[in-house]
Amino acid sequence: MGIFVGEHTRLVVQGITGREGRFHAGRMKEYGTNVVAGMTPGRGGTDVDGVPVYDTVLEAVKETGANTSCIFVPASAAADAASEALAAGIETVVCITEGIPTLDVMSVLDAAKAQALKGRIIGPNCPGLVTCGKALVGIMPGNIFTPGPVGLISRSGTLTYEVVNLLTSKGIGQSTCIGVGGDPIIGTNFVDCLAEFERDPETRVVVLIGEIGGQDEEDAAAFIKDNVSKPVVAFVSGRTAPPGKRMGHAGAIVSGSMGTAESKVRAFREAGVPVADSIADIADLVAKALGR
Amino acid sequence: MKLHEFQAKDMMRRYGIRTPRGEVASTPDEAGEIAARLGCAVAVKAQVHVGGRGKAGGIAVAATPDETRRQASRILGMSIKGLTVTRVLVEEAVNATREYYAGMTVDRARRSIVVMASSEGGVDIEDVAARTPERIAKVWVSPRDGFEPWQARSLALSAGFERKALGQAGAMIANLFRLFIREDASLAEINPLMLADDGRVIAADAKITVDDNSLSRHPEYQALTGGDSDDPLEQEAYRRGLTYVKLDGNIGVIGNGAGLVMATLDAINAEGGRAADFLDIGGGARADVVKNALELILMDGRVRAILINVFGGITRCDEVASGLLAAAESVGVRVPIVVRLAGTRAEEGRELLRGTSVVAAEGMADAARHVVALAARGVS
Repeated sequence: MGIFVGEHTRLVVQGITGREGRFHAGRMKEYGTNVVAGMTPGRGGTDVDGVPVYDTVLEAVKETGANTSCIFVPASAAADAASEALAAGIETVVCITEGIPTLDVMSVLDAAKAQALKGRIIGPNCPGLVTCGKALVGIMPGNIFTPGPVGLISRSGTLTYEVVNLLTSKGIGQSTCIGVGGDPIIGTNFVDCLAEFERDPETRVVVLIGEIGGQDEEDAAAFIKDNVSKPVVAFVSGRTAPPGKRMGHAGAIVSGSMGTAESKVRAFREAGVPVADSIADIADLVAKALGR
Repeated sequence: MKLHEFQAKDMMRRYGIRTPRGEVASTPDEAGEIAARLGCAVAVKAQVHVGGRGKAGGIAVAATPDETRRQASRILGMSIKGLTVTRVLVEEAVNATREYYAGMTVDRARRSIVVMASSEGGVDIEDVAARTPERIAKVWVSPRDGFEPWQARSLALSAGFERKALGQAGAMIANLFRLFIREDASLAEINPLMLADDGRVIAADAKITVDDNSLSRHPEYQALTGGDSDDPLEQEAYRRGLTYVKLDGNIGVIGNGAGLVMATLDAINAEGGRAADFLDIGGGARADVVKNALELILMDGRVRAILINVFGGITRCDEVASGLLAAAESVGVRVPIVVRLAGTRAEEGRELLRGTSVVAAEGMADAARHVVALAARGVS
């Protein structure tokens, strides 16, 4: 099973005729993802390495039954691309593009809400997600993942690879690993993912990798306390980051007393979630939660 | 990107928001001339990107052009929290009868804009928020909606603004919202929003942060500041197009991906060391980016050792290794370097570095341990 993507996924790649779109469409196919369509306005009727290209997402949906999209278009057009996918009835829109203005992302989410559209956006500025052995949607390196019982949610791409690699090397596999993105406004947050993992029979333990900035981790801790029965292991990066400085991610900034690593760690501990002091400790805490 | 107060006020004036008359000066004589032109008592205010300027002596009131000159010569060149003052804003001094707060920012949790007003202005609004949150009136607005003067007036009323300030303050807040949307701000704040003794409502201080992601549709911002940092190394990094933050330690750090770099800093800290910087080469960096990054870090005289931590996804480790070798050739490397490569083409990368003086580390913790030991040894 896993969450959001899997065997049921029929993927349309928006921006498939661009350099990144084409390259990653190929990598996703190699992993086994069912890539059914590409979409680039003005390039309909052509194909990219055997994948048919459509001018609109709606056409792709009608012709191929696509239910998931992955966006590889430049920042100036990415919010529009996400809107189009949602309006076409796509269930899961994974937006890889980084550098989309915050107000644009807010407007897209808002419009979707106003029109009562059902789809969800993952990202933007995210590495995508993998349901191990079934589907990879995004830019993650497929070879590090192994099927197993651990669900993983993270705001950071490379840190996800680091942790997955560690788990795999200790013989601990994963169900779905998802990078929710490092921007201040994202479509799918920790709480959304936790709710799905709670329902997913294949996920037995959840690893949550947070970082400084915002209050998504604090909200996640509160949600876990009341709604999650499965064990959760957390890690928070940026403990040594100085306040007021933006640490790479647009969202990773401590303003005032908000968003500090201490407040996040405290929130998790109060919710009964063990917090790893280092990356290496994560594997031990997970092994313990799995009863190994 | 944070704007300086004088830049924020220029922007606000373009949106019809009343601010004190004033100009920016970089010499005492210029400051004196501005005061003479204004023909009234003035405030002389240091233009640096830190809070607490007033407490540090960076703000003064002067009655005459001569006194303005003296105050400017005292403030220019002074250091506030490590930053040297190179410019002062000289503006009309305003006598306040009341000080309010008005501002708006992105509310991440609600995925919306939050517009705020408070009758507790003139002080650190975060303190007010922490101590007496009920003193701040808030309303959440979508960027797709407008925010009209009547809505702003009703917000100001519930915040406890005096009646005679409501009309002007309402128009001011509505204009500020227009600015927020059109200029892609992530923070726009007037604190204090002053009710002057002559009945005018004035933005006495102004703070604007614009969204870095919007710079492509606002080319004018580039010219405005050239990066918002006052630190020479951060400015150099900005010119080189690198994501860099200066920190206070002596271990240079380069990595790919913000989360991984932050975790690397934490790992160094856990081993008893202190990082000199945060530097993220991003995804898919080629050799020239790595070379560029390493050269920058070597400009920092405090650096005693360097840690390069890369987990290649899109990024290829052999590109990282060749960038490192190119930098070593171009500028020479005066400090020990620890490199940890994992992921895409890690083997090839390690092979390129074999036989050099670079210390190869297996994992992150291992790398942190090595680099902290090397920095402590003070090898130069």
